[in-house]
Amino acid sequence: MEKGPSIEKEIAAVAKEHPELVREAVKEVAIPGEFIADKRGRKIGHGAYFEGDKVFSKFLGIPRIDEFEINVMPLAGVYIPETGDRIVGVVNSVEVSGWFVDTNSPYQAFLPLSEGVDDFVDTQRTDLTRYFDIGDIISCKVSRVTKNKTVQVTMNDFTAKKLYGGIIIKVTPTKIPRIIGKGGSMIQSIKDATKCDIVTGQNGIIWIRGDDKAKAIEAILTIEKESHMLGLTDKIQRMLNQN
Amino acid sequence: MGHKSDVKLIVDGKRTDGREFDQLREVEMKVDVVNRANGSAMVRFGNTVAVAAAYGPRELFPKFMQEPQTGILRVRYNMAPFSVDDRKAPGHDRRSTEISKVARLALEPGLFLEDFPKATIDVFIEVIQADGSTRVTGINAASLALADAGVPMRDLVAACSVGKIEGKLVADLNGLEDNFGETDMAIAMQPGKKKLTLMQMDGIVTKQEFDDLFKLATENCSKIYEMQKKALKETYRRV
Repeated sequence: MEKGPSIEKEIAAVAKEHPELVREAVKEVAIPGEFIADKRGRKIGHGAYFEGDKVFSKFLGIPRIDEFEINVMPLAGVYIPETGDRIVGVVNSVEVSGWFVDTNSPYQAFLPLSEGVDDFVDTQRTDLTRYFDIGDIISCKVSRVTKNKTVQVTMNDFTAKKLYGGIIIKVTPTKIPRIIGKGGSMIQSIKDATKCDIVTGQNGIIWIRGDDKAKAIEAILTIEKESHMLGLTDKIQRMLNQN
Repeated sequence: MGHKSDVKLIVDGKRTDGREFDQLREVEMKVDVVNRANGSAMVRFGNTVAVAAAYGPRELFPKFMQEPQTGILRVRYNMAPFSVDDRKAPGHDRRSTEISKVARLALEPGLFLEDFPKATIDVFIEVIQADGSTRVTGINAASLALADAGVPMRDLVAACSVGKIEGKLVADLNGLEDNFGETDMAIAMQPGKKKLTLMQMDGIVTKQEFDDLFKLATENCSKIYEMQKKALKETYRRV
């Protein structure tokens, strides 16, 4: 997987050609507690906090500041469920009227029976394992997160489905947008090159099924590792076209 | 500590290792040194080396420890058996229990623990080479590890030790000065917020000396804070 010195050399070459990019990038990263902007009535989104009229970063991350909102995109961190996230989970336990799903976060999610299946189910007579059993992989959507982090998921979503076969890998959740790429371009190129079925969850779990799994995993892990580097798309493209 | 000894700590107006009174030892900081941890860091102050690894936020077991309103921080400070001249008996003892606690109290105000109800953040500080000021080195490493793990923080925590040896006020005590000096004081603070999170002192100083020591500690914490920032930025330098 590691191509070692050749990549480093390549990067160094880019850095030599465009030193302003390097300087810009280093300046860009915010440290926890670092002042990033004046509030000026703007909304404080994810990853920032304010004291008086000054806004500080909560994370080691990249600040995104516009005229309405101030955000910081963290560079690392575990997944914390938020309403509306589309995640890939593993069924952990089967209850009387639902399932508990492992979400790759500190909190387990509950999938109620009514959110899990469309048919009428008589809980007295039916064994719920006929729908989802322990170890089943599902793609679902976070429907509700309470203040105390009780998480509920639903299958009432057009992307939600049970995933048969395949394997799952875990990556850093903050790198998922990079793996998907602009408008899904990056993941689509991996799918095309490897002919694999791939489902990405915002919680950092990626489900892969297909013959050329190894190549897909290699590409995904490379993106995860070098997500902050320049010329990554080209590199992945080259990597996929090899052999 | 506090009693007279034959060991010469100041020779020709310099300290035993050739430093000025207010000079730090050589400091090295490395982030992301432990592969399996969410975040980790190594900090070296002269011959004192501490490695810290942060895990989480993650599910907290045993379940009775869970707090419904907030997450908790658990810190474990440990000295390796080979970290000192004589072998140190491995495992937890009174000293490490105390330091684990003060390190936790020093780090806790800097974290947004309320963002993770019922969860825990675990920090493990391993001192692999000890030559004085291990607790502040450990706290510096732990703070970097937490930032590297992507835990939301109010500010980094920078720590440093100051003390009095042969009547002179000095910064960053080494093992010899720690053992045979008159006073030592460990300070941890959030330099960006100008808040103090840890102050421990052993020995006797006058009020004036205390004020001077505190000023010296503040200055050095600011220096360490800058180094921490640099270390973090280096790790995620975009090339």
